[in-house]
Amino acid sequence: MNLEEYKGVYVFAQQVDNEISSIAFELLGKAKDLAKDLDTDVTAVLIGSGVKGLADQLAEYGADRVIVVDDPELKDYRTEPYAHALASVINEYKPEIMLVGATAIGRDLGPRVSARVATGLTADCTVLEIGDFPLQAVPGQEQLHKQLLMTRPAFGGNTIATIACPYNRPQMATVRAGVMQKIDPIKGAKANVVEFNPGFTPDNKYVEILDIVKSVAETVDIMDAKILVSGGRGVGSPENFKILEDLAEVLGGTVSCSRAVVDSGWKPKDLQVGQTGKTVRPNVYFAIGISGAIQHVAGMEESDIIVAINKDADAPIFDVADYGVVGDLNKIVPKLTEALKAEIAAAK
Amino acid sequence: MKIVVCVKQVPDTAGGVKFNPDGTLDRGAMLTIMNPDDKAGLEAALRLKDQYGAEVTVVTMGLPKAEEVLREAMAMGADKGVLVTDRVLGGADTWATSTTLAGAIRNLEYDLIITGRQAIDGDTAQVGPQISEHLDIPVISYAQDIKIEGDSVVVERQYEDRYHVVKAKMPCLITALSELNEPRYMTPGGIFDAYKQEITVWGRADLKDVDDANLGLKGSPTKIAKASDKVRKGAGEKVSLDPDESVSYIVDKLKVKHVI
Repeated sequence: MNLEEYKGVYVFAQQVDNEISSIAFELLGKAKDLAKDLDTDVTAVLIGSGVKGLADQLAEYGADRVIVVDDPELKDYRTEPYAHALASVINEYKPEIMLVGATAIGRDLGPRVSARVATGLTADCTVLEIGDFPLQAVPGQEQLHKQLLMTRPAFGGNTIATIACPYNRPQMATVRAGVMQKIDPIKGAKANVVEFNPGFTPDNKYVEILDIVKSVAETVDIMDAKILVSGGRGVGSPENFKILEDLAEVLGGTVSCSRAVVDSGWKPKDLQVGQTGKTVRPNVYFAIGISGAIQHVAGMEESDIIVAINKDADAPIFDVADYGVVGDLNKIVPKLTEALKAEIAAAK
Repeated sequence: MKIVVCVKQVPDTAGGVKFNPDGTLDRGAMLTIMNPDDKAGLEAALRLKDQYGAEVTVVTMGLPKAEEVLREAMAMGADKGVLVTDRVLGGADTWATSTTLAGAIRNLEYDLIITGRQAIDGDTAQVGPQISEHLDIPVISYAQDIKIEGDSVVVERQYEDRYHVVKAKMPCLITALSELNEPRYMTPGGIFDAYKQEITVWGRADLKDVDDANLGLKGSPTKIAKASDKVRKGAGEKVSLDPDESVSYIVDKLKVKHVI
């Protein structure tokens, strides 16, 4: 493998129902930083059916070039045709870096593609930067420059590892949603749009989609919420989430929850915060009746202000809370809602 | 029907996280368990066995001690256990791990391979899909329901805001979510039998169609530049007051921080 042949920072521009996913714009924001450090440009790879019209949006968020793979086989996400599309783009255009969102699509597509093009893949990264490998020069080992250094949590968020892919290309990473910053869109920006179709011939690896069942539309994505009122098993019942909803409403916030709540079937999966749910960083995070398992904390500890209410004074959530209140949530939360209502009315 | 289930022995990060005095993780003191998503995958296989009849073979890669999870799987009802262990396989990233497991699975007959979605120590979710690529079979990740229809599987594949009902011809690889089911317990008879049975132990020489260049630490494209235990932000204040005082406390703090 001639590493020098591989140039440019590429982003898999995920779309669902022909609507670009937020993660694609986040990756473009990061890709622009990396491309600047490497003195190269940013390419978005847009895969789908009837998606060419979306290229301008990618340009507005920082893509210099958009490679469009458009084919009827690519209408809804299926591993094989998408893996074939992305692997073919990689083999044809030879990117130095390939970023994919760590979404339910990206965490399936990324590993399949990395195995096909025989390179490394670092999962679920939270920091990406350009630097040296090894970080410090080691006698007897050549120190390589301008490498992609990929940092990710492991061990349920207890350890942090920085990983490089020094001898294979592209350097591939999946990146956690909600971590990288989008740029402010540049209205009217245009990218160089290139159409590429490697040909799609169904084989044993093409699965058939019999049905698509969408969850009842949740209006707010918890990753976009400024205030989250999050409940755990301590809330006691699905009905009792009403007191959290009331509090959220007063503050213009949104309700989220811990994994225990989803496992109990009280709330849908898309409201789950944590390692196997979503990473959130609201201005205020209320952790109500949440014990604070490390997997949960990993998904919310970047919140600006954390308020915890829990009757167990030893709950680990108090180790990360800015303001911890030991007490009965059933007594405190409704009163808090009333008090805030009065404060907000008085301020008007 | 023949089903291969891949399982991993992992430290129990959920229950027994232990720290050294310097704040680093004390891995030696932590209990090990069968990775939860893998256990759900095993349970799914055992349910298919109950329903349709199947031979379930459990495969793990790890230190000799990883035999424990195979015994546990067999006590739950798996028929055979294969331990892949060899010094040269150590330090593998997901590419080298999937290459190794694929090399082992090539020796087995299978209609279905089930892995957990991800392990709680690495959280990568990569090994399952990578095995499927090495074996050139379809993968259905994030399975929340599995049914057999003739020579095909019909799986509910979970996404953030929807699920797809997907049909694939076997052989096929499925990655299981722990939400898939509630795994059964081992039975006393099962435990007794599990310890009487032979476990197959394979080393490097037993792996089929794999290149040394793709195994172990040396064969891993990704290299660790730095690893450290995470420094958490310190705890803030903690108060224990009556409900009215608690409310005033929170309201005051939100005012100070200009939230209201």
